[in-house]
Amino acid sequence: MLEINKLNAQVEDSHILHDLSLSIKAGEVHAIMGPNGSGKSTLGNVLTGRDGYEVLSGDITFNGKNLQDMGIEERAREGMFLAFQYPVEIPGVSNMEFLKAAVDARRKHQGLEELSSFDFMKLARDTSKKVSLDPSFLKRGVNEGFSGGEKKRNEIMQMMLLEPSLCILDETDSGLDIDALQVVASGVNAMRSSERSFIVVTHYQRLLDFIVPDYVHVLAGGKIVKSGDKELAKELEAKGYGWLEGEVA
Amino acid sequence: MSVPTAVSNARSASAVANVGAAEFQQHALALADAQQSPAWLAALREQGSTDFARTAWPGRKTEQWKYTTLQSFQDFTAADWGAGRVAGDRARDAVHAASVVSSQLLTLDATTLVFVDGVFDAEVSDALPAGMTLFSNADAAAQKLIKDYLGRIAGSVDTARRNLFAMLNNAWASEGLLLHVPRQTTLNKPVYIAHVSSLSTSREPTVSNQRVLVVVEEGARAEIVEHYVSQSAEQQAFVNAMTEIHLGNNAQLHHTRLNLEPESVSHIGGVYLNLQRDSRFNGFTIAEGSRLKRIDYQMNHCGPGAELNLDGVYLARNKQLVDYHTTIEHRVPNGTSKEVFRGIIGDRAKAVFNGRIHIHKDAQKTLAELNNRNLLTSSNAEIDTKPELEIYADDVRCAHGATISQLDETALYYLQSRGISPAQARVMLSFGFINELLQGLPHEEIKTALGTHLTALFAADRALVSDVGAVETGITDAASERS
Repeated sequence: MLEINKLNAQVEDSHILHDLSLSIKAGEVHAIMGPNGSGKSTLGNVLTGRDGYEVLSGDITFNGKNLQDMGIEERAREGMFLAFQYPVEIPGVSNMEFLKAAVDARRKHQGLEELSSFDFMKLARDTSKKVSLDPSFLKRGVNEGFSGGEKKRNEIMQMMLLEPSLCILDETDSGLDIDALQVVASGVNAMRSSERSFIVVTHYQRLLDFIVPDYVHVLAGGKIVKSGDKELAKELEAKGYGWLEGEVA
Repeated sequence: MSVPTAVSNARSASAVANVGAAEFQQHALALADAQQSPAWLAALREQGSTDFARTAWPGRKTEQWKYTTLQSFQDFTAADWGAGRVAGDRARDAVHAASVVSSQLLTLDATTLVFVDGVFDAEVSDALPAGMTLFSNADAAAQKLIKDYLGRIAGSVDTARRNLFAMLNNAWASEGLLLHVPRQTTLNKPVYIAHVSSLSTSREPTVSNQRVLVVVEEGARAEIVEHYVSQSAEQQAFVNAMTEIHLGNNAQLHHTRLNLEPESVSHIGGVYLNLQRDSRFNGFTIAEGSRLKRIDYQMNHCGPGAELNLDGVYLARNKQLVDYHTTIEHRVPNGTSKEVFRGIIGDRAKAVFNGRIHIHKDAQKTLAELNNRNLLTSSNAEIDTKPELEIYADDVRCAHGATISQLDETALYYLQSRGISPAQARVMLSFGFINELLQGLPHEEIKTALGTHLTALFAADRALVSDVGAVETGITDAASERS
């Protein structure tokens, strides 16, 4: 699904990721944990191709294709999805219009017909209920005036509608109370399948009680310093990141 | 960015010499003289002519017209003026079959009243309900109301700021509509007033004068939609349109003014509003640019506790011009004003926004807000924006600001990260910039009709779609423009 090989990347002349390698197969859930400033969010932005995030060396292949040859929107159409840590508010653009444009673009890329407005609205309403978001949110501006939890649920709704093959959750748990966390987690769990992979970026072990990962990686200083199974997350929770400092150097 | 296209102007290439300001005045006055109108309007019309004749033609030093020249008027040749008719003669060559006019109108659940070149068209209009009267048919009671209110607000403006074209509108006033909502009544339907500029078979320019007088008495409520439209994008026209609104104590009015005429129509318009105690005005206005489009809003808090909201949108492309001048006078305490204008300017177009708030010394506890945001989509586009706040009271809360924005790059990234192409994302964000204001409209039907119209406009012409890179140059230009 995704192969990252010796990736070096910089943001505004600052070298953040160092020789990072990661291999994710279809159906796997990988958690990436690490202290603030370790490069967790940078990884997500490099994968989606955000402007200003520059790959210095290394390769990334996604579904067998060289990711760096693809624009931001092409990666999305190909099945990559980033759930933002801070979803963007866009007043004046209705959530429904936005979602339809996104789903249309993805379907077109897959060689499928666009859904009619009627069918799409029905689908969007049904999906919004699955993440406990009132359908009235579809009429509002994208994320406009949404609470932190509503924004995150809107991200998961987008993920459900787009049916991506690789989902990257960037600190989706930040700022969520336990109820919202459960809604988000059950949305993610409902989407787990042998065809779909997840990268769950988080600071805290708590989320991983709900979304149980196959692998846990610790990112520090822009490289993966330790990998293990879900038990590693619990160890981190108990010991903090300090005991790994030695391995960074 | 898109290449600017020439303003469609069939006559601009012609060899006929332009008339100057003096000729304009002379022809305008002659046209006023030629009007047939009810005798009881004679005094107002004569006063208009006198005032107009006495007023100097605005030049670059005239503050109110500093950024907008009236040069394009002077393209109206003497021959055009000869052919021009105010409040047109229906027997002439105008092609305004009812079906053609109808196709220009919005479909609203409203009382529809259609004026073609300033003349009421009964064929395509609903029957005039009680309280709505044409000046030409006014009975004694209506005549009295009209004489009591007509021209009163525009006439009360400081002499130095008095609008030349308001005087001309008085001089030309041979027809008009009185909309009278008596005390404690509520209109059961909105009133939709369409002002159509007709297509003349001879292709000669048309000149029309349009006048609406609204009197909403104490405790009464109404909703009015005014729609300015032209039958053909080929037809040259000059429209002088003026709406006066008197809101009595505790009266409420929703007023929408849609200026959607094409480039070939020069439009100078004014909305004059008096707010009495605890009255409420909710206004929305939109203008697409043309060779000349200038709209003034003059709003006066006359009684304490009144509330005024005005949202405005302007769009200019090609070599169009659009100019909004708004003035709010707070003369009394406890008034509230909120004004939000947004514009998108592309190609070589120019927009002017001048928003003045004047808080007099007795207007304590006033709340006033004015916000103007502009999106420039080409480095050749120009915006002259000037919020003016004059405060003479010490216990007020005011905020004003004007910005020249660019599209939010984070928003662009967000849309792209969902598979939306950068081109489509820019359309969505540029349209979204003004769509925020459209969402405040009281009627789904108008929202939908405007939304459809504007979506098509944005899709058809990239001039209104911001390209992030190009805008940055625009900011520099505009900043120096205002310094």
